[in-house]
Amino acid sequence: MTTAAIATYLDTENIALPYCPGCGHKSIVKQLDKALVKLQLDPKKVVIVTDIGCIGLADRNFMTNTFHGLHGRSITYACGVKLARPELTVIAVKGDGACGIGGTHLLNVARRNIGITLLIANNFNYGMTGGQHSVTTPDDGVTPTTPWGNFEQPMDLCATSSAAGAAWVHRATSFDRDLPDVLADAISQEGFAMVDIWELCSAYYRPRNDFRRADMMAMLTENQFKPGRITDKPRKEYSARYFETYQADRNVREDRSKISLQFEHRLDRQMGIIIAGSAGQKIKSIATLLGHAAIASGLHATQKDDYPITVMSGHSLAEVILSPHVIEYTGIDEPAIVVVISMDGVKQAGACIRALPETSTIYAEESLELPDTNAQVRRFAFIEAAKHVGKLSLATVAIGTVLQDTGPFPLAAFTAAIQKNQKPAIAEVNLKAILAGAALVNPNAAIGL
Amino acid sequence: MSYEFIEGNEAVARAAMKAGCNFFAGYPITPASSIFQSMLDLIPSTGGMAIQAEDEIAAIGFCIGAAMAGRKVMTATSGPGISLYSENLGLATIGETPMVIINVQRQGPATGSATKGAEGDIQFTRWGTSGGLPVIALSPASVAEAYELTYHAFNLAERFRVPVTLLSNKEVGLTRERVDLDAIKLPPRRERIKVAEDEAFVPHGFQSSADVPVMADIGGEHIVRYTTSTHDQVAKLTTNPEIIGDMLAHYNNKIINHVDEITRVKEDFETGAQTLFISYGVTSRSVAAAVETVRRKGRKISSLVIQTLWPVPEKVILEAMQGIKKVIVPEMNLGQYLLEIQRLVPANVELVGINKMNTTLISPRQIIEEGGLL
Repeated sequence: MTTAAIATYLDTENIALPYCPGCGHKSIVKQLDKALVKLQLDPKKVVIVTDIGCIGLADRNFMTNTFHGLHGRSITYACGVKLARPELTVIAVKGDGACGIGGTHLLNVARRNIGITLLIANNFNYGMTGGQHSVTTPDDGVTPTTPWGNFEQPMDLCATSSAAGAAWVHRATSFDRDLPDVLADAISQEGFAMVDIWELCSAYYRPRNDFRRADMMAMLTENQFKPGRITDKPRKEYSARYFETYQADRNVREDRSKISLQFEHRLDRQMGIIIAGSAGQKIKSIATLLGHAAIASGLHATQKDDYPITVMSGHSLAEVILSPHVIEYTGIDEPAIVVVISMDGVKQAGACIRALPETSTIYAEESLELPDTNAQVRRFAFIEAAKHVGKLSLATVAIGTVLQDTGPFPLAAFTAAIQKNQKPAIAEVNLKAILAGAALVNPNAAIGL
Repeated sequence: MSYEFIEGNEAVARAAMKAGCNFFAGYPITPASSIFQSMLDLIPSTGGMAIQAEDEIAAIGFCIGAAMAGRKVMTATSGPGISLYSENLGLATIGETPMVIINVQRQGPATGSATKGAEGDIQFTRWGTSGGLPVIALSPASVAEAYELTYHAFNLAERFRVPVTLLSNKEVGLTRERVDLDAIKLPPRRERIKVAEDEAFVPHGFQSSADVPVMADIGGEHIVRYTTSTHDQVAKLTTNPEIIGDMLAHYNNKIINHVDEITRVKEDFETGAQTLFISYGVTSRSVAAAVETVRRKGRKISSLVIQTLWPVPEKVILEAMQGIKKVIVPEMNLGQYLLEIQRLVPANVELVGINKMNTTLISPRQIIEEGGLL
């Protein structure tokens, strides 16, 4: 059984086309219909997306899927639909006003090459709101907002889109006899295609400027705005590239994150630990491993990090809470332990160090000058010990010392966390670093590991 | 029993996958970026897509388009991005688009402190777009709740065809905690309710005002119409005041008439207590610690933690205040949810707000001191 050919995609019986006499929109809508008739697409697989402006009233007449969205954003919805269902034919239709408010979408859809068709009904002004000037209003054009003539350079939409990377760009007018063919051609492109369609606003721009068809055509021959095909450089469409790039096998992550109970902890109360140092000292990752080890020993743990937005400079500070009970409040008002391994750390934790009570202990690199504090201060040659172990081992050395000294859980829990979560070469350095740190407290610390 | 040590943001992404999310669009912003990063790790291998848009306006625009074409969508940002979502939140409301929005709150206003926590967007979420229609918003207190409530957010979005906001906080999103996600009990996943292929499709069809219309995907077997303008049930533009009034009542009633179904709270009530805490989000954990301290001293105290901030669970709040002489509402802002309690609290009950807006958590100590519970 053959399906009867579709004679029109427009319903103008139930809803009359609303446009002013002489408005170019009516012609554009009818020629888009002719393009669809030529292509004989299944209306259920076609989506016409509009936004605000007189041309945004057009979707109502189409017997396809329609989406009428916010001013200047039709491209974004069209892209959303197309990314969700690449098999659909998605046509965004908007005005020159929408090219101003939604300018960034115009650039980015071209650059990404998402396979929608963009039709711009370009009548050089905001017809829906009283004829104000738009990004395409010609030089000297008189509008309510340019009463003595426009002195803003009109935007060349085709050149702009092409420069942004559009694969297929065409400039036409609503008077062009071949417009349905051009539109059908645009719609048939795999990638992004844009047609800038020049036309007259019979309510505002034309009468105010005595701007007639011949004047518009004259602008097209003045070299400034080239008519016809501007760009035709097809390349692979976005969704195809996406799924080629993010193949399933590239996204299989080794699931190292599960932690099972393997050790026993020795904590009877909550313990807050602050590790204060500099960016690049691996403080964040060591704090996470500390948490892993604690959890593997049956403890609860939380971790928060503090560092400047410029991650490679300045301080790096980690707050870790270990507890035999559920941790409610995740702040550390009085840390049991503060580890300081650099001057950046001293500066950042300065106020905290000054306020520490006698019950707190500071584990400090011996060369650092600390502010006055009531806490117990224990100084260790962390830097010297780390030198013998290798690069980036300073924080691990210090944690080795703390764990050996305070023993909330076995050192073996920490070494196991390192072996499980780090790449072998890095793990090797960190395992040595733990022992070096532990040895600062007890030279026999390695025994039993 | 197997644990993980993960951040709230990762828990959000994991819950989204569990809920069937298959489209994510976002724009980089601290402290929400790691949600996008996790989605990019998780989603493509399931045939879904995570895409970085040119700005937040495009991010939510992509999501709305994809949602109407049948995807379960999510986007994530912080205060500055929510500001840019505003107009499209209205579109998703009038268009009845199911979607999940994660707001990992940071200290505002404007750029504020990008890396610091806050809960300053509570009323902004309620009144975040023009028109003043009710919204659904959930607030997690922990990494585990970030997982649990994100999952619920997806179910609620499908159930009521609305954007649902998760009001997270840098203090939840970027804090690691021990969790056992498999141990968290979740209801069945709610799939989109679609019109049958051989039935007529009415894009916003309802019999009774509070009904939630069934959907059809753009590109399926029905012609779908969608519009930002005031429209009737078939999505035809209208200026008829009666129809507009009916539609607006529908958007309102489908949420307000189902408050009990939406409401999620945690009650820790003690018989005979005359003081009640009402709290939400990460601050509710300081309240839990304060409650423990107060009870250890032999004093009775009750606590109501609200997970569904919007719509306000008025009935539950009123019940919780029965026999109570003093209500304490601690918040990481200058007193936003306090406004909701204020309008509900009986005249003879003392209402105390404990407020802090300096990027740091409210401590249990501050709650005990300012709550007069020493």
